[in-house]
Amino acid sequence: MNATFVGMPPFPSAARDALADSQLRGNLAKATGTIRAKRAAVVAEVDDWEELRLAGAALKDRALLDLDSKLVQLEESLTAAGAVVHWARDAEEACRIVASVARDHGVDEVVKVKSMATQEIGLNEHLEAEGIAAWETDLAELIVQLGEDLPSHILVPAIHRNRAEIREIFLRRMAEVGRPAPADLTDEPVELANAARLHLREKFLRAKVAVSGANFAVADSGTLVVVESEGNGRMCLTLPEVLVSVVGIEKVVPTWQDLDVFLQLLPRSSTGERMNPYTSTWSGVTPGDGPQEVHVVLLDNGRTRALADEVGRQALRCIRCSACLNVCPVYERTGGHAYGSVYPGPIGAILNPLLRGVGTDEQVDSLPYASSLCGACFEACPVRIDIPSVLVDLRAQVVDAHRPSAKPEAVAMKAAAWSFGSGARLGVVERLSGVVGGATGRVGRRRLPGGRAALSRVPFGAAWTRSRDLPVPPRESFRAWWKRTDGGRS
Amino acid sequence: MVTCVNDAMFPDTGKAVVTLLRRLGVDVEFPQAQACCGQPMVNTGYLDEAVPVVRNCVSAFEGYDAVVTPSGSCAGSVRHQHGIVARRAGDPALGAMSDRTYELSEFLVDVLGVTDVGAYFPHTVAYHPTCHSLRMLGVGDRPHQLLRAVRGLRLVDLPKAEECCGFGGTFALKNADTSVAMGSDKARQVVNTGAEVLVAGDNSCLMHVGGLLSRQRSGVRVMHLAEILASTETAA
Repeated sequence: MNATFVGMPPFPSAARDALADSQLRGNLAKATGTIRAKRAAVVAEVDDWEELRLAGAALKDRALLDLDSKLVQLEESLTAAGAVVHWARDAEEACRIVASVARDHGVDEVVKVKSMATQEIGLNEHLEAEGIAAWETDLAELIVQLGEDLPSHILVPAIHRNRAEIREIFLRRMAEVGRPAPADLTDEPVELANAARLHLREKFLRAKVAVSGANFAVADSGTLVVVESEGNGRMCLTLPEVLVSVVGIEKVVPTWQDLDVFLQLLPRSSTGERMNPYTSTWSGVTPGDGPQEVHVVLLDNGRTRALADEVGRQALRCIRCSACLNVCPVYERTGGHAYGSVYPGPIGAILNPLLRGVGTDEQVDSLPYASSLCGACFEACPVRIDIPSVLVDLRAQVVDAHRPSAKPEAVAMKAAAWSFGSGARLGVVERLSGVVGGATGRVGRRRLPGGRAALSRVPFGAAWTRSRDLPVPPRESFRAWWKRTDGGRS
Repeated sequence: MVTCVNDAMFPDTGKAVVTLLRRLGVDVEFPQAQACCGQPMVNTGYLDEAVPVVRNCVSAFEGYDAVVTPSGSCAGSVRHQHGIVARRAGDPALGAMSDRTYELSEFLVDVLGVTDVGAYFPHTVAYHPTCHSLRMLGVGDRPHQLLRAVRGLRLVDLPKAEECCGFGGTFALKNADTSVAMGSDKARQVVNTGAEVLVAGDNSCLMHVGGLLSRQRSGVRVMHLAEILASTETAA
């Protein structure tokens, strides 16, 4: 019942389809516009926001620098607190560990707290193949799961859906997997939330095993932290007998005190709230209170590869707030599915290539180019990930991975580099384009506002001129004018 | 530094910079050896190809006190990307011009200390703060200060001004559909202001939005900031 990102086309072609979806465009513009305004308002009221960003970046960098020892420390603290720590090299290993815990308890279902790591490893699909149903309990994840859809946003995976679509999904699908939606369900948000609450309640009360991720893993106290808005996380983390948490190794922070910074940065950047409604923290097992068997799966799955990338390793600071998605003009128009990953938007455009490596998959290689490099993401990022610089560096890695290349783009770049490598050579090219421009300017009848001659079709230039007029090259370049007039002095 | 785009496609912008700076008493030179700052190669991932281009650029401007360019994007490239190319080439000298390169409005306001440049331009104008001027260089409201001092000019507010127009260099070709979707939204905002002229500090962004405005027969023309600042009552 789960859709898959496997086999998605490269970004430009996936984006083309998304751009034509007027419902999607409308839903996204409305949702990202709202959350942008909320974030801007709550960030503006913090006087030392820039200092907080710097602190967040520095704390994460510190943890990443000492990742080997911090992870061992985390394992020791967790073990001392009664948790069972597992190490997973990749998605396959992590999925097998979770499945074996579920099998050990003889269950055919688990409840899930919203978790990017488990989405990344395709846990639900893996469990389903083993006959174990994984119920998403976050409202947006539930909408995606019931809709047999894919997540399109990190924080709000169903951001591409509006309330009318959600009503339709609930009415059509809830009955098949549990308590049906009320027959008279309207698209009022309160009614939709109530339907989800009742549907999920029986799953919370029944489940013996829960699966979560973690927003932070505190090395010194052996504490995992989940930050959420709906209380579904609290249900999953407290009611079941067994809890398995899949945690990316970059989630480690050195000390409990460091949460001070991150619990300020995260909610303001993600939901645009001063504080999130629910913050759950647990350190292993507390006798007589909550799950009595606690597993933690520490997941690599490409993170050490990203850590080895000198420019790209800053992406591991990411706290999955989604601020970069919400401010991104590309994401706002294409939506998340076009990125072909559970990590869409600007952070996805760097994280996927960093985790998976470039040069082997056309879809992954297209992601660093899915940006106009406008820099809005860097400005919004609470841990100051310089996404544009990482994108530019990854582009160089993509090009280098394909050298030598005879692609038209590579040939054009070599030709451009030749003419741009000397003023004299560029002058020759400009004289040629001036002659061509002069001729076409006389023949063509298009005029730009203001009167300059323009072209609406150019050989090999369709990518530009399909939608945009192009000024005709001037007969005399600036360089030629300067020479002829001695810089305007004669 | 006139930039390759202005040199080859928009010579009037270069001439306007010369006129304007001379009017303000600056001794302007155009080193003929200059060609391109290297940004198209760097931003597309062709770092090896960028090395000779940056080397040529740096050597062309050796010995000048200040390098002024009518492009926020190219100024940003010199300041933030020449270092990347220098590391690739293992040659720190390629970063030599980064500290004395100024975007036009920065040079006018910060170095020359003027906001009223004696211009006259009796038209309704909307200003688009291009991304690299806004976020890479942080030029802030310098262009607004300059425009507000132009006699006859009415500056109207452009809603969502800080949002990217979708040009993005080779992004405009590699992701043409997304680029056009972004540009169309920008063009709609511009048309809704009722401005006759859209002004910006980067002709490449203007070529993109202007190309859309032209295709839509909107009647709104695009002009570089330098051309407005160079206009005077006698010249007009």
